[in-house]
Amino acid sequence: MSAITLKVNGQTHQVDIDPATPLLYALSDDLGLRGPKFGCGLGQCGACTVIVRGEAIRSCVTPVASVAGVEITTLEGIGTPEKPHPLQQAFIDLQAAQCGYCMSGVILSAKALLDKNPKAQKPEIERVLQGIICRCFTNARIVQAIDKVAR
Amino acid sequence: MNRRHFLAAAGALFVEFPAFGQVPGAPSMKALDSWVAIGADGTVTAYSGKEELGQGIFTAQAQLVAEELCVPFNRVKLITCDTALTPDQAHTSGSQSHPANFNHGNLALACATAREALIRLASTKLGVPVSELSAVNGEVRSASKAIGYGELVGGQKFNLTLDPAAKRRDPKTWTVLGKPVPRTDIPEIVTGRFEYVQNVRVPGMLHGGVVRPPSPGAKLASVDEASIAGMPGLVKVIVKKDFVGVVAEKQWQAIQAAQKLKVSWTPGPALPPFAGFAEHLKKQQPTRDTRLLDSGDVDQKLASAATVMKASYYHPYQMHGSVGGSCAVADVQGGKATIWSATQGVWYQKSACATLLGLRPADVHVIFQRGSGCYGLNGADTVTYDAAVMSQAVGKPVRVQLSRADEMAWENFGNAFALEQRVGLDARGYIVAWDHEAWSPTLGNRPGPSTPGNVITGTLLGYQPEPFVARSPAPPAGAFGSSGFNNSSNGIPSYAGAGHGNVKSVRVLVHNVRSAFFTGPLRSPARLQNTFAHECFMDEIAAKLQVDPLEYRLRHLSFFRLRDALTEVAKAANWQKRPSPNPKRPKTGMAPGRGIAVVAYEGDNGYAALVAEVEVDLATGLIHTKRIVVSNDSGPVSNPDGIKNQIEGGALQGLSRALGEEVTWDQTKVTSVHWGNYRSLTLGMETPVIESVLINRPEEEACGSGETSITLIQAAIGNAVFDATGARLREAPFTPARVLAAIKASS
Ligand code: FES
Ligand code: FES
Repeated sequence: MSAITLKVNGQTHQVDIDPATPLLYALSDDLGLRGPKFGCGLGQCGACTVIVRGEAIRSCVTPVASVAGVEITTLEGIGTPEKPHPLQQAFIDLQAAQCGYCMSGVILSAKALLDKNPKAQKPEIERVLQGIICRCFTNARIVQAIDKVAR
Repeated sequence: MNRRHFLAAAGALFVEFPAFGQVPGAPSMKALDSWVAIGADGTVTAYSGKEELGQGIFTAQAQLVAEELCVPFNRVKLITCDTALTPDQAHTSGSQSHPANFNHGNLALACATAREALIRLASTKLGVPVSELSAVNGEVRSASKAIGYGELVGGQKFNLTLDPAAKRRDPKTWTVLGKPVPRTDIPEIVTGRFEYVQNVRVPGMLHGGVVRPPSPGAKLASVDEASIAGMPGLVKVIVKKDFVGVVAEKQWQAIQAAQKLKVSWTPGPALPPFAGFAEHLKKQQPTRDTRLLDSGDVDQKLASAATVMKASYYHPYQMHGSVGGSCAVADVQGGKATIWSATQGVWYQKSACATLLGLRPADVHVIFQRGSGCYGLNGADTVTYDAAVMSQAVGKPVRVQLSRADEMAWENFGNAFALEQRVGLDARGYIVAWDHEAWSPTLGNRPGPSTPGNVITGTLLGYQPEPFVARSPAPPAGAFGSSGFNNSSNGIPSYAGAGHGNVKSVRVLVHNVRSAFFTGPLRSPARLQNTFAHECFMDEIAAKLQVDPLEYRLRHLSFFRLRDALTEVAKAANWQKRPSPNPKRPKTGMAPGRGIAVVAYEGDNGYAALVAEVEVDLATGLIHTKRIVVSNDSGPVSNPDGIKNQIEGGALQGLSRALGEEVTWDQTKVTSVHWGNYRSLTLGMETPVIESVLINRPEEEACGSGETSITLIQAAIGNAVFDATGARLREAPFTPARVLAAIKASS
């Protein structure tokens, strides 16, 4: 166990944790966040996605010590039900979810892309969604919602 | 007739569920107060036994309540699937929520009964005859007076039973139901606020990890507890019969302890061969045979037919493959249990957990808490047992999250099917006889109070899966064409004369055999597999006769809802009448093709047709799906956008199943245990255009639409590939290698 500083969604937290613990468990168990979720623990599905240094990363395969002190953004960090981020608003407008379990991977990967390239074209959008699994297959609406924000 | 009815009638592929109200203490289905309560402030609280799984039924039910009770949508509070509060409506499954709660019974009838009761109460209070009163916006109004619902019954019980004579509101006057009301849960979901079962945290909660056997049928030999002694946070190692689990303070500690614990197992029996499994299935003994339909003259009609055609098809075991690892939280202390579970059947969990924990069902409280989409019996039930047993062992709340491999290796797979069909044609090319024979392996199912062994955890804890009772030959089927006939067995071709078609002579025989793996309902159980066989065979026959595939189907269908589904989809897809394969198909490059399929889901629970347009890369065998058009008739449309979302998701999930999904195994174990070797399409796939045509029939019974498009897509893709290439795909999934092999075989 060691004391690690986590900066998440603009707040600083001290956690006492095994430094090898994947970031996902620190976020969901120690900080009680609901955005990042366990899907595979193998970096294959995207359910655990967070944004670190502008990149959408898989928190299930990121040791917590490797992101100590670095700003981490989760799905709840970019908007609220009352004041959603434009991407979140587009998902609400197009009803682009079924069970919604995949949303951290979907929305945060899109955000990381659009932050770098606000006018990203469909093929680029499809490329960042390559490693994300939505087993409800809400694909059509998801791509449309991201595309709407990019237009 | 619905799936439950079929279960009772045929008992072929699924066991019969216990009746509703199986557990004492469930709120009465007949009492109005079980369904609706009106608060002093006029808020309406409705209780339903049908839950949200991502299919949009929560919002649709709130719309129903608002509409029937004439209250603003935002004044409706809906509580679903909590054994302390809601009626026992069995499982949320089988596309049964719309028929169960939107027809003249249950939730809809409760709301209509309540509205009429409120009007009668107002009549007494206001001294105005009922005929001059109407319910509007949470009030009962006359020309000059108004009184709010809160004032009429606020806080009191109705003490009434559901009134079968209560009048439903005329769909023509609907203002909330039938409209594309946005789902109430989506804002919380997309902003990371929604509490899934994976997010449930209770004070003092510990984390459990399971240690599953290395292979099906393996038995526990020994556990070396010393191998993890002193690991940080370790609370307890739990061993019960063949069940092994660890409990730790933190999740990561539990995961590591479960991985490091030294456990020895005695291997189980060798698994059946993976290669050639279809042939293996057909030879396996003993069998449990069921005759779903038999006109009694099929052999004779085949013998006298002008032409006889035959076809074999195979569909593999497939997974639910929920994106989230299944999870549950249980708090078992002092002889009482509270359980948060993403199960599709809270009441079955209540009684099954009581069995496992040795408690009275009355002392077990199960609360439905949504997980990731399940599409049927995923790991939600089994992980609930894991959590319950481990919590009891440590006397503290325990959360268990299954790993990807534990989820995928041990879930109850969708059934594999080997199918053989023969048809007899008369001289004009009409089908005069249809013989359908299927082999499908089965083990376990949805668990109930006496069958916790239907899923892996129950088996490890020493309970048997429901017994495999051999039966051969099959007992006679119900009288052909009798009024008691139904096609909800999901095995009978739509074209059967006793169903929706004109084929007078039909035999449908199913042989269930023992499965080495657990099986259970996966979205469109049996119907998807059978429809693949029926609808591709139909295409083969049309092709042989050089008749347009749409035209040939219409010749053999009599029921207007299926005929309409076909003509509507053909219109929307701009279907050009011509036989398949495409006479102008290229020999190299990209070959375009179109395919069609139609189904009466469960015989009478949703009617749909689908056209798929593909391009087949003749060099690589890759199928590119360009466009999918679906027509869907589920009676009255309750929420058009919700249905479209289901159609779109179902079509693509079915496409993923058709193109790549297959459970694989070696001599001892399942080998497809993560997304690298169980091939699901991802969000980055080339997404086809999907168009849906909703056929709204307010005058018909509400039926299902969650399993229609998924049922059709595989057959339609198979037919489209045939149209494009002249090659018939007989085995799913349609991998590039299989496509190339079929092309080679056909030329
Ligand atoms: S849970 Fe991290 S990628 Fe799947
Ligand atoms: S909406 Fe269910 S996994 Fe994406």
